Amino acid sequence: MTAYEAHFRVWRGDVEGGGLKDFHVEVNEGEVVLDIVHRIQATQAPDLAVRWNCKAGKCGSCSAEINGRPRLLCMTRMSVFGRDETITITPLRAFPVVRDLVTDVSFNYEKAREVPAFVPPEGLGPGEYRMWQEDVGRPQEFRKCIECFLCQDTCHVVRDFEENKQAFAGPRFLMRVAELDMHPLDAAGEAGIDRKRTAQEEHGLGYCNITKCCTEVCPEGIKITDNALIPLKERAVDRKYDPLVWLGNKIRRRPS
Amino acid sequence: MATGTDPQARTTSGPDPAAHGVHAPSRAAVPARHLRTDRWWLAPAATAAGLFAFVVYSTWRAFSGADYYAEPYVSPFYSPCVAQNCVPMKGGANWEIFGAWWGLSPALLILIFPLGFRLTCYYYRKAYYRGFWASPPACAVPEPRAKYTGETRFPLILQNLHRYFFYFAVIVAGILTYDTVLGFRDESGRWGHMGLGTLVLLINIVLIWAYTLSCHSCRHIVGGRLKHFSRHPVRYRLWGWVSSLNARHMALAWASLVSVALADFYVYLVASGAFDDPRFF
Amino acid sequence: MTQVERQAWDVVVVGAGGAGLRAAIEAREQGKRCAVICKSLFGKAHTVMAEGGIAASMGNVNEGDNWQVHFRDTMRGGKFLNHWRMAELHAQEAPDRVWELETWGALFDRTPDGRISQRNFGGHEYPRLAHVGDRTGLELIRTLQQKIVALQQEDKAEFGDYEARLKVFQEYTVTRVIKDEDGERVAGVFGYERESGRFFVIEAPAVVLATGGIGKSFKVTSNSWEYTGDGHALALLAGAPLVNMEFVQFHPTGMVWPPSVKGILVTESVRGDGGVLRNSDGKRFMFDYIPDVFKEKYAQTEDEADRWYEDPDNNRRPPELLPRDEVARAINAEVKAGRGSPHGGVFLDVSTRMPAEVIKRRLPSMHHQFKELADVDITAEPMEVGPTCHYVMGGVDVDPDTTAAAGVPGLFAAGEVAGGMHGSNRLGGNSLSDLLVFGRRAGLYAARYAEEAAGAGRRPAPDDAQVDLAAAEALRPFSAEGGDPGLAAGPAENPYTLHQELQQTMNDLVGIIRRAGEMEEALQRLANLRARARRAGVEGHRQFNPGWHLAIDLRNMLLVSECVARAALERTESRGGHTRDDYPEMDREWRPVNLVCRLADPSGGLAAPDARQGQIRLERHRTPPIRPDLLGLFEKDELAKYLTDEELTQ
Repeated sequence: MTAYEAHFRVWRGDVEGGGLKDFHVEVNEGEVVLDIVHRIQATQAPDLAVRWNCKAGKCGSCSAEINGRPRLLCMTRMSVFGRDETITITPLRAFPVVRDLVTDVSFNYEKAREVPAFVPPEGLGPGEYRMWQEDVGRPQEFRKCIECFLCQDTCHVVRDFEENKQAFAGPRFLMRVAELDMHPLDAAGEAGIDRKRTAQEEHGLGYCNITKCCTEVCPEGIKITDNALIPLKERAVDRKYDPLVWLGNKIRRRPS
Repeated sequence: MATGTDPQARTTSGPDPAAHGVHAPSRAAVPARHLRTDRWWLAPAATAAGLFAFVVYSTWRAFSGADYYAEPYVSPFYSPCVAQNCVPMKGGANWEIFGAWWGLSPALLILIFPLGFRLTCYYYRKAYYRGFWASPPACAVPEPRAKYTGETRFPLILQNLHRYFFYFAVIVAGILTYDTVLGFRDESGRWGHMGLGTLVLLINIVLIWAYTLSCHSCRHIVGGRLKHFSRHPVRYRLWGWVSSLNARHMALAWASLVSVALADFYVYLVASGAFDDPRFF
Repeated sequence: MTQVERQAWDVVVVGAGGAGLRAAIEAREQGKRCAVICKSLFGKAHTVMAEGGIAASMGNVNEGDNWQVHFRDTMRGGKFLNHWRMAELHAQEAPDRVWELETWGALFDRTPDGRISQRNFGGHEYPRLAHVGDRTGLELIRTLQQKIVALQQEDKAEFGDYEARLKVFQEYTVTRVIKDEDGERVAGVFGYERESGRFFVIEAPAVVLATGGIGKSFKVTSNSWEYTGDGHALALLAGAPLVNMEFVQFHPTGMVWPPSVKGILVTESVRGDGGVLRNSDGKRFMFDYIPDVFKEKYAQTEDEADRWYEDPDNNRRPPELLPRDEVARAINAEVKAGRGSPHGGVFLDVSTRMPAEVIKRRLPSMHHQFKELADVDITAEPMEVGPTCHYVMGGVDVDPDTTAAAGVPGLFAAGEVAGGMHGSNRLGGNSLSDLLVFGRRAGLYAARYAEEAAGAGRRPAPDDAQVDLAAAEALRPFSAEGGDPGLAAGPAENPYTLHQELQQTMNDLVGIIRRAGEMEEALQRLANLRARARRAGVEGHRQFNPGWHLAIDLRNMLLVSECVARAALERTESRGGHTRDDYPEMDREWRPVNLVCRLADPSGGLAAPDARQGQIRLERHRTPPIRPDLLGLFEKDELAKYLTDEELTQ
């Protein structure tokens, strides 16, 4: 493949305003969109603000929207676009913009703090934990999360309704609740924390209408909706809506 | 111009009440509501068209109250048949629970269950929220409404009843299985025979079961609700199977929707005399 | 005077990777108020890139393992240049540090009996690496991040404020450690907020450097943009010495194609789990590169090597699992001899060694990475790999027990920025355990130091003159074209261009194989770049301006690069991560010698423009003798390969 010149439109500006600026940039074989952004920085706009770290899809820093779709800049290969195609890059549109492609993602860090942490079981010291692979497999899937916040960005609950940010933790942090609820040794229950209840009453599980955009954009391929959010909804049903489960629990109290 | 001065505190203009969502004042100022260049509307449009077609067909068939029994086949829309005005079905799931006062089509009495099951199904919810409600129409394409509360309040909080409908759906699937077994008779009720209709019912019931068992509620009840799979090896295996079915829940939802309509249509063709059921043996 | 935001804390940790977060947790648990400063967002530190695992002799998979064996492996891997006390503490404390992570919610892969699973890795005698698939670093950083959040939740419950005793300043960069007026003790740090460009000073009697490495001075590297040697430079500028800077680890397996991903890491677990290296003739060439010191430890035939995966007790390990420096040199030699792969690497193959399902389960992110970035399905075809700059063994000269930087009271360093632990070459898996062991120690001793300072009522106050100087230094890129007549003899320079030239210089001239002439040339070029970097100018304003940030980081990269080049030129032998073409043998006389870098002009000014002399002064230090009981862990024959006769008779 030979090098060619591509047409980019990159959003530049800050909270005061801004717009899409045109750039014509060289593209070489095997490059990803982040390479092109770096080339723009090095040759045309040295102060173009962009977040990035690992450039290997492992840290989740370079989240942006490419042709309207939330993606990682470092994992979007130029070969998926036609040579004549104009490629538009904007910052994440669910969060306040800081400058150019950089947004203020503090919403996510605030939500992270609202999920009660792992509660270590009483009476087990370091080195005494015994867990089985089949039990840790489920939460391990969620711990693959690189916190790129693309799911938070694409979720219409907060993307389209700023006011819901108060009540809704977003897919990432509902998944965190699910992860802890499935952790084989989490002792939240003994500490008086009902994660199923908090999911519903404090983290806004009910806002999720399982339209699966979080799963669609996840660069780690985590099945957020099927494996975390729906099971969490089902767990909420268990404690509130299902007569058979309620009856079963009444008859024989057996830890699951 | 290069400037090393200290940045000034920014003055923000008052919020524009009309601007919300991606146009909220704090967000990057992009006039377009979305910038997707692919054919994002195709999937919701196709979903809406498919579901609409089924609704039209099933409404017609459910209200018609005719041509749903052609011995030994019964349309899945009309089984179990629980009204006095049902066509008598030899050995079939045919109970006169509703007396003569019920004048409407008997299908209306039981269709509520499979309908409710599908209406509250996690896949169909996605499909119609996207296809009919545009909530959202596609990822990163804004919703057209000004307010959203999701499934937090009435009526959508009733989606949590999926679990009940799942229990009913299992019963209905059991009855349809019985119907399929009855399909191995001939027109006069003798066992050990099979026709094209038997095959149609058989395929339908396999898909119905696959769809029902692949349901997220089923996955949860079978094992998903456990914290320690290691203490329940049998349920863990079951959960594994249901999980692999569950991964195909969408495909099964559509396949069983089509198959149930086709099964009904086949019975309709035979019952109305438009088509003669070929017998294999 | 410049507008500067000021805050006072007890302990400041610079860097929020594994070491920094572990230090912060410890300092906070000691009851100190602790601030963490990081260049990126919280949770994005370079630690997430670590793939293989955390080395700790828990003995879960092979009961023969214990800290003595781990210590032995570490010393062998570092060719006995390691500070023995650090290696000892590291081996002893690593298991506790790993187990502790579980109590904070970490979920490692498990053994069949429910304990933490451990995997094989290069240079480790037993399966020793606690891991989570091939994303162990992510698990580590997330666990520490979530522990920090847990502590903040406790503080919220107690004080009504999440950040009462532990605060993360994310996207802040520290450019100077500030001392008190006497220039004796550490008094805080100076830096800027990336988002707004505002300056800040955090006053604190104890500062922990945990800034990681220097890889961004090299062109082909597995390191992220953050790895600009900030902590190394901050320490130098504060008057602390750096040791062992000539030892830079080139990881043998980085991606080589396509060009834009060149250098991205391919985890060593690929080889630990059965992957083999082949040249273009299809030959497993590593059998030809087993050095004498390792002859007895590694398999001589392919059959024996293959049997080892199943029966490690009765067979020797495959030579693909030699320490990283050996494998990197071997790959380099194969490519030079014309037996490389089409894109200038060698082949790393798992596809013929394991079923596709197993590969996807054990190496999911490698599978993903090659599929996404190179269109290569590693379950069906071999990868192309080559050496990539990965880690710097050298760093701040610290006290092994307390991690206190030599000669600068109040300054501590842990993790990659600290030197000595890994000697001339680090074993895979030893870095994550290093972060935890010495991160905790740094937090502990920094907290104690802060406690003593507070108790004695002598909390040092930052010297305003130093703050003003630091602010002026940070602002210089904005006045590059006009002001500063003494320096700006020429047009403004593009910082990106300077950075690229620096990377090329280090890669070509002070890279994996070194020669005296090339390194002298490198020092010349560095001097030239240093002069030009004084004129590095930027456009725009201070708000999130990457050009400005890079212009500031250049100072650090140039300082650190000079350390590497000078030390490498001085050490006339080959050992671990330092390979001299003109001195290809390891020399026992060099073993007890550490090369120490100091700032040539200790007054802290960087105006010394004399190119020949440079900014760095080298000293030779003799290392303390290894404690006899630790020497007793080795066979006499083996020691004779490393230690001089004189040392042996003592």
